[in-house]
Order: sequence, then structure tokens, then C-alpha cells
Amino acid sequence: MRIITATHVKYYHVCHRKLWLFDRDLWMEHTSEAVQGGELLHQTAYPQRAERYREISLGGSKIDFYDPHRRVVHEIKSSQKLEESHVAQLKYYLWLLEEAGVEGPTAILEYPKQRQTLHVSLTADDRTAIQQWLTGIRQLQAEEAPCPPTINKPFCRQCSYYDFCYVGE
Amino acid sequence: MRKTYYLFNPGRLARKDNTLQYTAYDEDGLPGQVKYLPVEDVADLYVFGSLDANSSLYNFLGKQGISVHFFDYYEHYTGSFMAKEYLLAGKLQVQQTQHYISKPKRMALARKFVEGSAFNLLKNLRYYQGRGRDVAVYIDQIEGYVAALPHAAAVPELMGLEGNIRQTYYAGFDRLVPGDYSFGTRTTQPPQNELNALMSFGNMLCYAACLSQIYHTQLNPTISFLHEPGTRRFSLALDLAEVFKPLLVDRLIFRVLNKKEIQPKDFVQDLGRCVLKEPARKTVVRVFEERLKETIQHRSLKRSVSYQHLIKLECYKLTKHLMQLEEYKPFKAWW
Repeated sequence: MRIITATHVKYYHVCHRKLWLFDRDLWMEHTSEAVQGGELLHQTAYPQRAERYREISLGGSKIDFYDPHRRVVHEIKSSQKLEESHVAQLKYYLWLLEEAGVEGPTAILEYPKQRQTLHVSLTADDRTAIQQWLTGIRQLQAEEAPCPPTINKPFCRQCSYYDFCYVGE
Repeated sequence: MRKTYYLFNPGRLARKDNTLQYTAYDEDGLPGQVKYLPVEDVADLYVFGSLDANSSLYNFLGKQGISVHFFDYYEHYTGSFMAKEYLLAGKLQVQQTQHYISKPKRMALARKFVEGSAFNLLKNLRYYQGRGRDVAVYIDQIEGYVAALPHAAAVPELMGLEGNIRQTYYAGFDRLVPGDYSFGTRTTQPPQNELNALMSFGNMLCYAACLSQIYHTQLNPTISFLHEPGTRRFSLALDLAEVFKPLLVDRLIFRVLNKKEIQPKDFVQDLGRCVLKEPARKTVVRVFEERLKETIQHRSLKRSVSYQHLIKLECYKLTKHLMQLEEYKPFKAWW
């Protein structure tokens, strides 16, 4: 079975076509200025962040800031536009931590540019939903799965796959 | 936006902390002026002069994903230093190979490249026809060859038609450039007259530009469809260059000759070979760069894109074809 990462979960909530392409190693992020901006924000948003935060790898996913004492995951994002997918990504982290034996982990979603934070925790409903996401992702990963069509959303314009999807003739 | 840097003068390029330091050599071969190239700013390097460098520089360039393309004294492309492949996609690689092995699949793609090329070079001829140069006879003749494209049964046949199209096109060239020049026949290795020299140099720049764009996608540059994949040759760049040469190279030739930016005195004849003198080379490179950066309003993307980006878009279209998302349609100048 192919690996499922938190990026798969995030893309599953943004665009199935993007997930399909990403899963087949057709990456576009290296060309995206938005992605570079995100990385910069990540490096510079919290210069005073305490040393107790650690970067951890779990089941193919990487959590950038994890506080093992308080069992809190931090995730920095630059814009709230695709918040639903950010929350899904964090819930998947929490699920992974639970699977690894951590009790009651929680998460904080941080939008430093908007000075907003959002607390995320995992409910029983979430646990069921995650199983459905994983099934959906596996279906898209299947060898015979055709590439989903473009979704023509306004946020497509900001996506690093925009040129790829809409180049036309 | 990263830029292509062209190094014409002899000198030494070195890693200096985390950036690039270029020391030009003067006429006596002594180190002269020192310049810094900010590494984040460099897309790739084209080396025409004699360049000293050491492995620590290449390690650094490799880590930064910067390719270096080399040209010899006679302006021939001789090879590239390519950073380690950083985008690998197994499934695409398998598909690309299958599209080469399967004859009908390969033919379908090869034909598209010739079609695109013919469309774009006809566009050039029609433009000049509209401006009072009489090239109608060549247009008709080329259209005849284009009509035969669907009936070509094998790649060598396509290559033959492509050769005929180009030959006819070159005959038309003579009417589009000042009277001092005549194409005669296309000669390479070595080019024997001014037009041939200009075309060889331009084609090489176009080829390297295509290679640079392919490098930033997941396509494998060695597996091609129209041209035969050759060892140690990035032949996919030759396929793509076919489509873009009429726009990037041929129009450049018309421009520099008609505007007299390059004149007969800018060439040297030497043992049956014709080469551009260095100031003329710089002119061609400058005009080529201007052209790559020039933008047009893209019909489906609804934003302006540079000619350079058009090459990348072509790579995306090819990827989509190979992954069976959407049939490849070659780029055809629509303006």
C-alpha cells in the first residue's frame, strides 16, 4: 500500500486532482512563490519560540513543532482561506499521535499574519471521519484511478498546479 | 525570478561563502575585476569563454540546482553540468518510455512536433507575405508537405518531411533578410555562411533554453519522440526546440539583420567555417534573452506569460499527454 502523509490529507480537502498528481510525484511546489513565502513565514514567524518544541516524524508525516510535555502540536499557516484543510491536517496529526500512544494531544493552528489562532482537538466523530478520508485517499491512489477533473474554483489561481491544469492548447 | 547568466570573458568562478564570486581575467591573464552573482538570482549559467572553476563550486551549484551549459570556441554546444535530478516521478518515466517504445504512440507525438513547428514557421512567412514580401510560392509548397504529415507511416518519413519543410522555408528566408545574405543550403558542422552561422548559434541557445525548462519538470530529457534518443544527448530538448525555433530563433535572425544590429563585418570566415565575432554573439544573446522575457497574454491562463514560460507550459502539456490526462497539442502562435 502506498504511504499516506498529512499532505495527502490536506490536499484531499482542497482538490482531489491535486492529490492525484501529487501522489504520482508530479510536484509543482518547487516553482511556487507562495510556497517559498510560506517557508519563510515558517522560519521567521516565531523567533522566540521555546526550545522545548521538537520536530517529529510520524508514519511518513513530519510535525514541525511539537511540545511533548504539554502534548501540543503547533502549525503555522499564512492564510485562513483554506482553513478546513488546515484543520483536517492537524486532526490527522492528532490521530497519528494517538495511534502512537500519546494520550489526549491537542493542536494550535497559528495564522501569525492575521494574529489569529485556533485550537483543535480530536472528537469521536473526527476519528470516524478520518477513516473515511483514508479510504477516499486510497481510492485515488489506486493504479486504475483516473485523474479527477479540474475544479474551477477561484482559489485555483493561487495553486501551484494552476498552469499545469489550465494551460489548454 | 531567477536569471540566466552568460559568461563570455575568461575568468574564474568560485564559491565565496554562500554566494558566487566571478573574477575576470585581463588580457595578460591576470585576475582583474571581481563581481558577485547572488546565488538565489541564478537560474543557470551559459559559459562561452574560458572558465576556471573547482569542484567545490560545482558541488555548490549542484546543491542550488543550477545547471551550467558549455559552448566551445566555435559556439557549438558541447555539454552541460546538470545538478542531480531533483524531481523524479517513476510513473511518468514508465509512461514516457512506453510512448517511445510503442510505434503508434511515438508517431502521434512526433507528428505533433512537426505540425507545431510547421505552423509556427508558416506564421513567420505569412507575416512577411502580409508586409509585401513575395513568399507565397514557399507557403504553398510547405502547406503541401503539411498535408502529407498525417500519411507519414514512420518517424524517418516524418523527419524527411520536416527536412523538406525546413529546406523550402530557408529558400524563403533569402527574401526576408537584406540582400547581403543568402542562405544557399543549410550547412552545419561547420556552418558555411552568415545565415547558417546565425541559425546554428540561435538554435543552440533555443536548445539549451528548452533543456533548462525540462530540467524543472519531471520529464526525462533523454527520452524523445521525433528525434532518436541518443546517449549523452538530451534529445527531448531537440523535440521541443522544433516547435519554438521559428519564434525564438528565426524571428531573432530577421530582426538583427533587418535592423542591422548585426552586419556582414560581424562574421569571420575561417577554413570554410563561418563564425560570429564576440560582440555579435553578445548581441544575439541579448536579443534572445529579451525575447525569452517578452510576455504575451495567454488565452486559457488569462494572464501574461513569458516566452520562456511557454516552453515550461509545453512540458506540462507533454506530461499530461504521457499520463493520459489530455492529448498533447503543440504550441501554435495565436497572435
